[in-house]
Amino acid sequence: MKNNASEGKVMTLANLEIGAVGKVESVLENGAISKRLMEMGIVPGVELKVVKTAPFGDPIQIRVRGYNLAMRRNEAEAIIISE
Amino acid sequence: MRESINATTPNIPAQTKSAPLVVALAGNPNAGKTTLFNALTGLRQKIANYSGVTVERKEGNWSVGDENIKLIDLPGLYSLDATSLDEQIAREVLMGRSEDLPRPDAIIAVVDATNLERNLYLVTQLLEYGIPVVIALTMVDLAEKQNLEIDSAKLSKLLEIPVIRVKAAQRVGIDELSAKALETARSDQPPRVKWLSNGHHSGDVHLSLSDNDAVNKQIFARYNFISEVYQESVQPVDQSEANFSERIDGILTHKFFGLVILVAILLLVFQAIFSWATLPMDLLDSGFGVLGEFVGTQMPPGILHDLIVDGIIAGVGGILIFLPQILMLFLFISILEDTGYMARAAFLLDKLMSRVGLHGKAFLPLMSSFACAIPGIMATRTIENRRDRLATILIAPFMSCSARLPVYALMIAAFFAGQTVFGFISVGAVLMLGMYALGIFVAVIAAFILKKTILKSPPPPFVMELPPYRLPNLRTVLQNMFTRAWLFIKRAGTVILAISIILWALMYFPRGAEVQGSEVTVQNEASQSKTNKVQKPKNEDPFVSQQLENSFAGMLGRTIEPAIAPLGFDWKIGVAIIASFAAREVLVSTLSIIYNVGADADETSPTLIKAIQTAKKADGTPVWTPLTALSLMVFFVLAMQCMSTLAVVRRETNSWAWVIFMFGYMTVIAYFASLLTYQGGRFLGFT
Repeated sequence: MKNNASEGKVMTLANLEIGAVGKVESVLENGAISKRLMEMGIVPGVELKVVKTAPFGDPIQIRVRGYNLAMRRNEAEAIIISE
Repeated sequence: MRESINATTPNIPAQTKSAPLVVALAGNPNAGKTTLFNALTGLRQKIANYSGVTVERKEGNWSVGDENIKLIDLPGLYSLDATSLDEQIAREVLMGRSEDLPRPDAIIAVVDATNLERNLYLVTQLLEYGIPVVIALTMVDLAEKQNLEIDSAKLSKLLEIPVIRVKAAQRVGIDELSAKALETARSDQPPRVKWLSNGHHSGDVHLSLSDNDAVNKQIFARYNFISEVYQESVQPVDQSEANFSERIDGILTHKFFGLVILVAILLLVFQAIFSWATLPMDLLDSGFGVLGEFVGTQMPPGILHDLIVDGIIAGVGGILIFLPQILMLFLFISILEDTGYMARAAFLLDKLMSRVGLHGKAFLPLMSSFACAIPGIMATRTIENRRDRLATILIAPFMSCSARLPVYALMIAAFFAGQTVFGFISVGAVLMLGMYALGIFVAVIAAFILKKTILKSPPPPFVMELPPYRLPNLRTVLQNMFTRAWLFIKRAGTVILAISIILWALMYFPRGAEVQGSEVTVQNEASQSKTNKVQKPKNEDPFVSQQLENSFAGMLGRTIEPAIAPLGFDWKIGVAIIASFAAREVLVSTLSIIYNVGADADETSPTLIKAIQTAKKADGTPVWTPLTALSLMVFFVLAMQCMSTLAVVRRETNSWAWVIFMFGYMTVIAYFASLLTYQGGRFLGFT
C-alpha cells in the first residue's frame, strides 16, 4: 500500500484515515463503476470525508455533498485524493 | 376518438384531447416519490427506504379538475445512463419506446431538499430528454431542521422550471403541484439545457457509451452547473458536526454492537412470528371449525356437501389460519425498509457476502425472499452485474419464505410443541431458526460454488447510499402490510381454492363400489347427528382409507412412493408434496383434505394436528414420527416448490434454461438433504 511514493503525494480514498477530509483530484477510469461514482457526485473538486468502516474493515462509509455513501475499498482506490 | 364535435364545444376544452395526458414521476430512491404518488393517485404501492424496491412500473389515474392524467411511477433512479435495469426501464419510458406507453407530456421530478445536489443531478438528465419538468421539493421541513435554507424561487429561476414545495403525507402543496404540472404538460415547450456546450440530449449521446471521456465530461458539466445553482439558492451550513443519522449509526453500524443488534433484530422477528401470532391463529382455527360445522349441518349430504366442507372450507381455511404470521413478517420487513435499516444491514454484511461472491445489495433481495421469493427476485434488478444478479436469483428461493411457515408451524405444533431446552427456550423456536439457518447455509454454499464455476466474474462493485434514518410512516407501513395480506388472501381464494377443488376431486374419484356403501353409512350418520348428535366412529374408517388409496391421487402418490420412502414419506405425504409444487403452503391444505376425507365436521372431529399425530400405517405403526416431520421440513427448506417463482425467474432471466437448472439443482439438493436427515437420524437411533 505504500508504493505510491513515486508521485510524491498521490493518495486514494482507500488510504484516507477515518475522520479525514480530502478533495477529489480525479476518478480513475474503471468501466461502469467510475461512471457510477461520478454520477453519485464524486467529481474532481468535491470534498469528502471518511466517516467509518464496516465491522469487517470493508466497505467504508463516506460523506459527500451532504449525504452518506458506502463503497468497498476496491472502489475507493479508484478515487485520487489531494489535500 | 376523433369526434370533430369537440371542436364546436369550446366550453369543455379538457375533453378535446383524444388521449389522456401522460406524466412521469421520477426521483432518487428515498426522495419521497412513493408517498407523493399515493397522495396524487390514492393508489396503493409499496414504499421503501432502500434503493430500488419500486422496480415495477406503477400507473395511476390522477384527476386534476376535469383532466384525467395518467401518472407513471418510474423506478427510483440516481441517473439515466442505463447501467442498471431500472435506468434502462426509465429511459425507455422517457423516450417513448416503452410498449403501450406514449412519451410523457411532462415529468414531475421529486427532489429531496436534504440531499439537493445529488437529487438535482437526475433533474439535469431529465431535462436533457427535452420533456418539460416540474420539481416537487420534498423533505423541506427536515432540511430546515438541519439549518438548510433553500430559496425555492431562486432555484426555480436558475433551473428555469417550476419548483413546488410539497408535504405529500399532509397534502400540503398538492393542489399547486397539480395545477403547475397540468399547465406544464399542456405547454409543449421543451426545456433549455445550458450546461452541455454541444446541446446534445442524453438520449442521443448515451448511445455511444464507449466514449468514456465524453461521458465523464458530461457528468462533470452537470455537477458544475448544479454546484453553481446550489451555491446561489442554498444558505451554506456547517456540516462538520455529525447529524442525527450519523449519531444513530454510531450504534447501529458499530463494529461490535452493530452486529449484536442485527442478530437481535432477526431473533425478535422470528420470536414474534412464532409466539405473538399464536392467539389470532387459534381464533381463526376455531372460526373455520365452527364454519365447517355450521355449513355441514345446514347442507344436505352428498357430493356438494363433501366438496364444500372437506374440499373448500378445510383447504382454504387451513391456509388462511397463517395470515397472522404473514402479517407480522411483512410488518417487520416494511419497518426495516422504511427506517433505512436495510441499507445498514447490507453495509454490515457486505464483507461476508462478498466472501461468497455476492454483492451487499443482494442482502435486500435475499431478506425480502424471507417473505416471498417473487418480490425478492424482482428486487435483484438493482444489481448491475448480470452474473451477480443471476447468482442472487438462483439462491433466493433457499430463503425460507412465508409460504413455508405453515409447513414448519404445522410440523412443530404436531411433534415438538411444548418442549423446551434449558427449560425456557422452546424447541419449536430453535427448530424454526434452524430451518432458516439451513436455508441460508445452503444458499451460501450454492452461491460460492456458482460464483466459482458457471457464474465466474471479477468481484462486483459496491456503491450504495446509506439513506438518512426516518421514522416509518405508520399509514404506509400498514398499507403495505395489508396490501401483501390481501394478495395472500386473493391467492387463497383463487389458486389455492382451485387446487383444493382439484385435489379433493383427485381424492374423491373414481368412486369404488364399496365406497358407495360407505357413503350410505356416512349419510346415515350425518342425518343422525343432526337429530341426536351421536358419537362418530373414528376417522380411520377402512372404507375411507380404501377410497383414498384407490383414488387418482392415491395412484399418483403410490407411484412415487418407492422414491420417497427412503426420506421417511408414505404415499399420502407424496400426494401432498406433488400438490405443493403449485405453492408450498398447499401442503397444509392437502393434508387437511387427506386426513379429513370421510370425516364430517363435528366438535368431536380431530384437528389436522391430531390427525397427523394419530395416523397409522397398515401395520399399526405411526406414519409420522418427529424424524419424518424433520425430514419433511428439510425437504421444504430446500426444494423448489413454487410455480409462481419459476414463472418470475423465466421472466427475469428471459430463459427457460435457468428455470430448469434452478428447479433441477434445488430438487436434487432437497432430496439428498432430506435423505441424509432421515437415514442419518435413524442411524443415530432417533425415530
